[in-house]
Amino acid sequence: MIQLRQLCRDFLVGDQTVHALDHLDLSIDKGEYLSVMGPSGSGKSTLLNMLGLLDKPSAGEYLLNGTATSGLKEEQRASLRGGHIGFVFQSYHLIPRLNARENIELPLVLAGIAPKLRQPRVAELLARLDLIDRAEHIPNQLSGGQRQRVAIGRAIVMEPDLLLADEPTGNLDSKSGLEVITLLEELNAGGITLLVVTHDENVGARARRRLHMIDGAISRDWQTDSAESKSILTAKPLTGKPLTQKTDGKTPGAF
Amino acid sequence: MRFGDLLAFNFKAIRRQRARSIMLLIAIAIGVLAINLLTGIGEGGKQFVLGEFDILGKNVLIMVPGKKETTGGIPPLTGETTRDLSLQDAEAILRLPDVSAVAPLIPGKIEISHGSLSREAFTIGTNRAFFPMRKLELAQGSILPEVPMDQAVSVCVIGSKLRRELFGSRPALGQWLRAGDSRFRVIGILKDRGQGMSLDMNDAIMIPVASAQSLFNTEGLFRIFIELRGLQELDKSRLRITDLLKNRHDGEEDVTIITQDSLLSAFANILDTMTLTVAGIAAISMLVAGILIMNVSLIAVSQRTSEIGLLKALGLPARTVRLIFLTEAMMMAAGGAVVGLIISQVLLFMARQTYPSVPFTTPSWAMLGSITVAMFTALIFSAIPARRAANMVPVDALLDKTAG
Repeated sequence: MIQLRQLCRDFLVGDQTVHALDHLDLSIDKGEYLSVMGPSGSGKSTLLNMLGLLDKPSAGEYLLNGTATSGLKEEQRASLRGGHIGFVFQSYHLIPRLNARENIELPLVLAGIAPKLRQPRVAELLARLDLIDRAEHIPNQLSGGQRQRVAIGRAIVMEPDLLLADEPTGNLDSKSGLEVITLLEELNAGGITLLVVTHDENVGARARRRLHMIDGAISRDWQTDSAESKSILTAKPLTGKPLTQKTDGKTPGAF
Repeated sequence: MRFGDLLAFNFKAIRRQRARSIMLLIAIAIGVLAINLLTGIGEGGKQFVLGEFDILGKNVLIMVPGKKETTGGIPPLTGETTRDLSLQDAEAILRLPDVSAVAPLIPGKIEISHGSLSREAFTIGTNRAFFPMRKLELAQGSILPEVPMDQAVSVCVIGSKLRRELFGSRPALGQWLRAGDSRFRVIGILKDRGQGMSLDMNDAIMIPVASAQSLFNTEGLFRIFIELRGLQELDKSRLRITDLLKNRHDGEEDVTIITQDSLLSAFANILDTMTLTVAGIAAISMLVAGILIMNVSLIAVSQRTSEIGLLKALGLPARTVRLIFLTEAMMMAAGGAVVGLIISQVLLFMARQTYPSVPFTTPSWAMLGSITVAMFTALIFSAIPARRAANMVPVDALLDKTAG
């Protein structure tokens, strides 16, 4: 489904060139469940942005479903994002003036789908995400976990093939974090390809395939038995504080 | 994105940014208000003057005693007061072959009473010819009788409002009114009509010109209305009348003849100046509104950076992002235009209530024009902010961590 060939992404910081991605090769099959871990600045988020067509490589090629993406125009990239890729962000990125229902509905609205077709789809998702009685609340009136569930609803409402989650549990307490991760795993079980970037060992360990990045390259790429990874979690329940330190300072329990 | 969804999406954004939206609305509203109000007043004045001449007819000249010279020359140093226009002058003019009718005019205000009711009324000393010339129609009775101009007759024609105030619902025809030391029998009542030439005929009493001379103790006429048989020889007729008066007044040209064209051209100058003023005010207010739109939109674009990033991540193409910001500015401009339009129409309505004789109405070209200019201003000045939003790189825009 996804193939990265010698992918590079360079940033200019001052007069120094930083190789955020350094000749990276990666192949992902449909339906995989990957986690990407590594220290800050190792290129995890850059990789995610690259896979999500939010960023363009400096060199190398990215094939999505067999299509070379480097030659595509911004309009075509936008259309690929809209139809095939769902994003879940650490800080949710919900639109503050829209309520939960409207936030979930947004991609359908932007894609120009008729209201009649939108309503049943959104209603179904609200039920599945356990947000029915929160549907008319704006993000400020929702808890972190609820917000992230709204964001996941928005990410999957267009039924994408690929779901990219950047620190999805980063701003959440352990209970909500577990709920969100479980939800993402359920979606993966339904066939969607899932890639989670995280700082949290416990979250990262749940993935069947784990990537570890250092200095813009993949330093380790290994498969784990899903049963084994789950058993790790049950043996070591999550503590009250998330390990991540990337935070907007609003979330309770964060630094 | 569907058009209806686009409008709803923008509407929520506009409502969210209430302060800046209201500011923009006001700026646009002032511009539209200025255009509509000023053209309404200008058009009202123009229609008023045109309406007056419509009543008077193009073939009617107005003679005024005294020479109003604006082209220079030495003012009369003899110390002589200008000669009055006399009834004999009016009769002499009437004898000219190209003159079909002459109506002298002596206006004044005097206390009119009937029984215990009295009030001050506008009194016009004139003759029979005055009525058709000013297109005055009667509700009851007859107009002033056909008598020589110098013969006083104790009859009068009164306006509908004066009749109501003095007689109420009782019959007025044949009744006697007291005016100063004289008494006049009511022989006619005018139909209800709006104001004409700044005199309210509904409130007036018309008596024979000779009666007015004795009532006001004056010889001179205030005006002479002269109706010509045709329009073809207007300038020749005018010269002939001037010559006649010059002969009668010992070779001195001491009257002024006003034609419709001369008055209209004077008014056209005023209108032109006014139009320029309107254009100036409109241009300035629209420019101010435009700059405001641009700055406020730029702020909005930077405030909504992460939202723009999100929309792009969700697959919205750049042109749609641009469209969102353009239509948002235009929606606010449309709102402001409607507000300005409504306020201007309310003010003009109030002006019409206060001065019923002047038709203060905005011409439709000005209404359409002001809205078009407002929308166009919004479009032009929001182009730069919209382009900035459209060109944002999604990954940079998403890095903006202000989103909730």
